[in-house]
Amino acid sequence: MSVNSSYERFFDVPIGPQHPALKEPLFLKLIVEGEHVVAADVDVSYTHRGIERAMQERNYIQNIYLAERICGICNVAHTLCYCQNVEGLYDVEVPSRALYIRVLVEELARIHSHLLWLGVAAHEIGFDTLFMYVWRDREIVMDLIEEITGNRVTSAINTIGGVRRDIKPKTYDKCLKAMDYIEGRTNYYKKVCETDPTIAARCVGVGILKPDEAVRLCAVGPTLRASNVKYDVRADDPYAVHDEIPFNVITYDTNDSFGRILVRIDEILESINMVRYCIKHMPSGPVRVKLRLNPPVGEHLSRVEAPRGELVHYVRSNGSEKPERYKVRTPTFENLPALCEMLTSKGNYVVNIADVPVIFASIDPCLSCTSRVAILDSEKEKVWIGSLEELKRLKR
Amino acid sequence: MAMLPEVLKHLFKKRATLMYPFRDREKIPVPEGLRGKISFNRELCIGCGLCARFCPSGAAELIEDDKGKRPIFHIDQCLFCAQCEEVCPRKAITLTREFELAGFSRSDLIVK
Repeated sequence: MSVNSSYERFFDVPIGPQHPALKEPLFLKLIVEGEHVVAADVDVSYTHRGIERAMQERNYIQNIYLAERICGICNVAHTLCYCQNVEGLYDVEVPSRALYIRVLVEELARIHSHLLWLGVAAHEIGFDTLFMYVWRDREIVMDLIEEITGNRVTSAINTIGGVRRDIKPKTYDKCLKAMDYIEGRTNYYKKVCETDPTIAARCVGVGILKPDEAVRLCAVGPTLRASNVKYDVRADDPYAVHDEIPFNVITYDTNDSFGRILVRIDEILESINMVRYCIKHMPSGPVRVKLRLNPPVGEHLSRVEAPRGELVHYVRSNGSEKPERYKVRTPTFENLPALCEMLTSKGNYVVNIADVPVIFASIDPCLSCTSRVAILDSEKEKVWIGSLEELKRLKR
Repeated sequence: MAMLPEVLKHLFKKRATLMYPFRDREKIPVPEGLRGKISFNRELCIGCGLCARFCPSGAAELIEDDKGKRPIFHIDQCLFCAQCEEVCPRKAITLTREFELAGFSRSDLIVK
């Protein structure tokens, strides 16, 4: 940081690593002048799990379930990205019914993720009534995901070459009914957020990120779209059947935390329409193609619009049943430089310490996703490589 | 303040939560395809070991008994992904809808 904190006007305020806004650890070092934050630094490496290295020790089928566990909330986006990647190595065409089911489950997951975030944001603002009601309605989407995939959270629906389960026709009606209910409730929450003075007082003008700064700092997802930059992987680089499904890319020009709330609420409404379109236009046919276990030699990169923004997976195959290299870049990590920018006061824009949790929550942070590399012991200069056998031994 | 009418309306509505586990046990909606506890049929198993090979968490362990090779399942390590059910060539493994799996010892959580 450029500010010299030994100068007596400035003080360091450490926030975290436990519980600055969420239940996930993040260390924020704030340099404050009085009540105003003048500089911020973040450290996210508290939930390091070595997943990328672990993926190189498992075969492609086992890795589906490991990729799913990079992030619990956006697990559908991670498996989708992983499966697209490996299918890219085989250069195989996935049946269109499978693609529709993928998009259907992906959008349901987006609805539940955004509702979850809306609840968390309301909780950070201090509006726990909204939090309770939003989370109650989120359960309807969770039950729907459970019905379609067999589990509430880790859905395990995507697999290499298609999806693992077909949707039963009787689920369609239930799904459409639930979408009508969620649409009504979301419109109501939108009205609440637009009119409630508490939310306006805590969010309007807080966490400003100008469009040019957002682009310069490579912000992604709703954080970027709330700064009036029209960028969405589903529209700009369509995967699965997103090129067939009509939807609007939501942008707001408020550049602040308030805009980020509205972008996500409007995205819920767009996702509801996409779910309806998927059910209405669901083609018939098989849902899966069988593939050999060993993909051909090659490399592939795929992108998916996760609920938090652009998610990138990269794989390199050497022809064996395990990937030679796997790399994941998650959206929260991309949004951290933008977070530091939002936390820095300049000119007329001041950040109070009390605004920090709201600003932090406004990027929809998912910190457990962000750090994944081999465990490096810098003092012993040794890389710990965990094989499946070693892990099994540790567990028993 | 914008939510006040909504909150007042809910004073006269049924509550959204269930009194689980003391009451309402039977009211919990368990969908048809829920992936719960594994059940294993020894008669059908041919000991091919595919379940142990594809298990992402190492919950399926291959052992030998008097009839030859067979898996046992450590439910405390299971992810309930149903990959073993999917790869089993003889349909010896099925995931039931049982979801109340807490136990006092790890040996209670082994499916044989």
